[in-house]
Amino acid sequence: MSRRVVITGMGLVTPGGIGTKAFWEQLTAGRTATRLIRAFDAGAFRSPIAAEADFDPILAGLTAQQVRRMDRAAQFAVASAREALADSGLESDGVEPGRVGVSLGSAVGCTVGLEEEYVVLSDGGRRWLVDHEYGVPHLYGYMVPSTLACEVAWECGAEGPVQLVSNGCTSGLDAVGYGAQLVAEGTVDVAVAGATDAPVSPITVACFDAIKATSPNVADPEHASRPFDRDRDGFVLGEGAAVLVLEELGAARARGAHIYAEIAGYAARSNAYHMTGLKPDGREMAEAIRVALDQARLAPADVDYINAHGSGTKQNDRHETAAFKRSLGARAYEIPVSSIKSMIGHSLGAIGAIEVAASALALEHQVVPPTANLHTPDPECDLDYVPLTARDHAMDAVLSVGSGFGGFQTAMVLTRPRGLAA
Amino acid sequence: MRERLVVTGLGVVAPTGSTAEEHWAATLAGRSGLGPITRFDPASYPVRIAGEVKGFVATDHIPSRLTTQTDHWTHMGLVAAASALADAGVVPAELPEYEMAVVTASSSGGTEFGQREMTGLWSRGPDHVGAYQSIAWFYAATTGQVSIRHGMRGPCAALATEQAGGLDAVGQARRMLRSGTRLALVGGTDASLCPYGLVAQLSNRMLSTVPDPSCAYTPFDVAACGYVPGEGGAMFVVERADDLPASRGRGGAGPGDGSAAGPYGEIAGYAATFDPPPGRGRPPTLLRAVELALADAGVRPDEVDVVFADAMGTPEADRVEAEALRTLFGPRGVPVTAPKTMTGRMYAGGAALDMATALLCMRDGVIPPTVAVTEPDEAHGLDLVLGRPRELPIRTALVVARGNGGFNAALVLRKIDD
Repeated sequence: MSRRVVITGMGLVTPGGIGTKAFWEQLTAGRTATRLIRAFDAGAFRSPIAAEADFDPILAGLTAQQVRRMDRAAQFAVASAREALADSGLESDGVEPGRVGVSLGSAVGCTVGLEEEYVVLSDGGRRWLVDHEYGVPHLYGYMVPSTLACEVAWECGAEGPVQLVSNGCTSGLDAVGYGAQLVAEGTVDVAVAGATDAPVSPITVACFDAIKATSPNVADPEHASRPFDRDRDGFVLGEGAAVLVLEELGAARARGAHIYAEIAGYAARSNAYHMTGLKPDGREMAEAIRVALDQARLAPADVDYINAHGSGTKQNDRHETAAFKRSLGARAYEIPVSSIKSMIGHSLGAIGAIEVAASALALEHQVVPPTANLHTPDPECDLDYVPLTARDHAMDAVLSVGSGFGGFQTAMVLTRPRGLAA
Repeated sequence: MRERLVVTGLGVVAPTGSTAEEHWAATLAGRSGLGPITRFDPASYPVRIAGEVKGFVATDHIPSRLTTQTDHWTHMGLVAAASALADAGVVPAELPEYEMAVVTASSSGGTEFGQREMTGLWSRGPDHVGAYQSIAWFYAATTGQVSIRHGMRGPCAALATEQAGGLDAVGQARRMLRSGTRLALVGGTDASLCPYGLVAQLSNRMLSTVPDPSCAYTPFDVAACGYVPGEGGAMFVVERADDLPASRGRGGAGPGDGSAAGPYGEIAGYAATFDPPPGRGRPPTLLRAVELALADAGVRPDEVDVVFADAMGTPEADRVEAEALRTLFGPRGVPVTAPKTMTGRMYAGGAALDMATALLCMRDGVIPPTVAVTEPDEAHGLDLVLGRPRELPIRTALVVARGNGGFNAALVLRKIDD
């Protein structure tokens, strides 16, 4: 029999504020963190806009050696894991290390470190036969994204299964889903699960420029991420991390842990259609939602809020809206749907875990974060997208969904701890 | 009662051969695929040999429209995936679309593609990054392309645990097969034999700098001094035994034998652990991974007929692995082999290839040899299968894999009863 899994700790690094408290304040204030890129001179790029995290690794408690060794994405993950573990109240000697696992997501791994080193070794792109004598000892760690999971495992002393999940932009949702499975099946007692990405680098900005997926709105970067708005013109790149501590319900209760939410359902499907394109009917995402609800033993009428993928591309917003209607029927029109990417951008693999955290906080506070910048709804997107202002709302079950390059479609159902039967 | 999961098809792209049977014939014959690097001029680097897949022309197997959108690593994954489906006799269109999963392991993504596009960006500017960089470089590219090509709409995943990835992908696929998926296309490939990929590998200080391919990678030898990198991998069709229609020609037919011989074997047990960082005073966890996998399979150590070792090829890593095997099986207690001495370490493709080789070993009752090792370190106490294959009925095989940073995985394969 499968065990029930709950979230007992969380840590975040996100644009607009570091830590869970700052994250939630920002979301409920409806404040955007998108801006002209400061990480490098992006003047020559089509979309020089991103939501950047003002993150100081030393302030976050990392040592000088960790900072030197770790790519920015690893720094985010370790800082988040540290906050999550402290928040969970788990004592470091309270759990056998072999019963602790790590499931960390990342879509693009250590891109910043890989590109910075490449520039040096190739002498600014001039040498195809790059110069090995200038390679830093951590270069291999940048090439293999598994390093990110290693760093988190070292931080929390995990000796159970550890893995890096790289399912494109659903990496974060899937990594949390897989972590929950590790606990549910009994392989571990504690799963440290989440995701990180730090993609604000020239190569990643250029690759989204090349397919015109990102917003070129340099005139108004603070309002460039406009999910579900008629005037949207692409997504805005983001960065950050969220790490959650997952435990079995009974064990969490027995030690008196604070329980944010239960992970009641999780399912993933693929569209097998196109690496970047989405069919407007949303049928595979709808199927993932249907299966996740089924797992949670909930009906469409039980869903109180949808934390949407809401990337702010026309095809996504329509695809997703169709998926909600297809899976929830009339209920889709009755409940709030919002996208926090309107405020903190789209941090690729990380965002799914960040959105799980947002969904759990929404349940905890009974507040729906808004979709910022939504002034003129796309007539083809006719649901209640909670424009501009956070909303008090009674919720027992929240649906969080994600969609990614490669055709990945994922749905997760979180439920409120008060409603949990013993 | 747990579902029985069986391997019904496999596909191989390796330095030892671009098909499973080519690879198997070369492996049994001890014909190494290691040689000078030819994809670029390696003269300026301290490592100039590798296990390249020779004569592999992606456009012979895949539409050129697709090869231009993808990295070399994905080409190999696509070819191995198609071979595995054909070997299993599976026509995906005939199965329920949401019940087919794709899980691949990748340790480093589209390294060569990425180097090319970064060259464009940094030498010529942002306009010189192509549209396919966004879908070719990232680690999920192979999974996505395989899913699209074969219309598989179930849960899909891409995992990165360095060289342990090939086994961890099977572990993840197993979870899916126990919860609604009926068929998983699973495995791993890697191909980072471009200049930037090689230089990145050099930085881990584990590559052998011995220039002679016949003695550069000698795990468990007194002269062990690192490994040689390789490329390629393997993919598998894994299905629930209960779902297999008797009418379908299943994989496992021997060469020259057109009959359906039944599945190659059963995925009987799997486990993964992670090592504590050095300096914590805690022991490595490889032994526990193997113990857990055996327990998961319900197999006693004395029932294991062969071990496919991880064989990292550095003295300390070899010592740790040998000690774990000795502790479990006793000194020289089980035949141990490392055919990866003929391919080099292929990262996410490496453990997948070992799994393919182990299944073929069970099918034919012959253990392939470890090559290049001439003076095994007696302190390891291993019964290494050296020089020539050893014929032996094989009912249970153990595959061990480790990934840089501390990943350990173990997989138990069992022959299907006739």
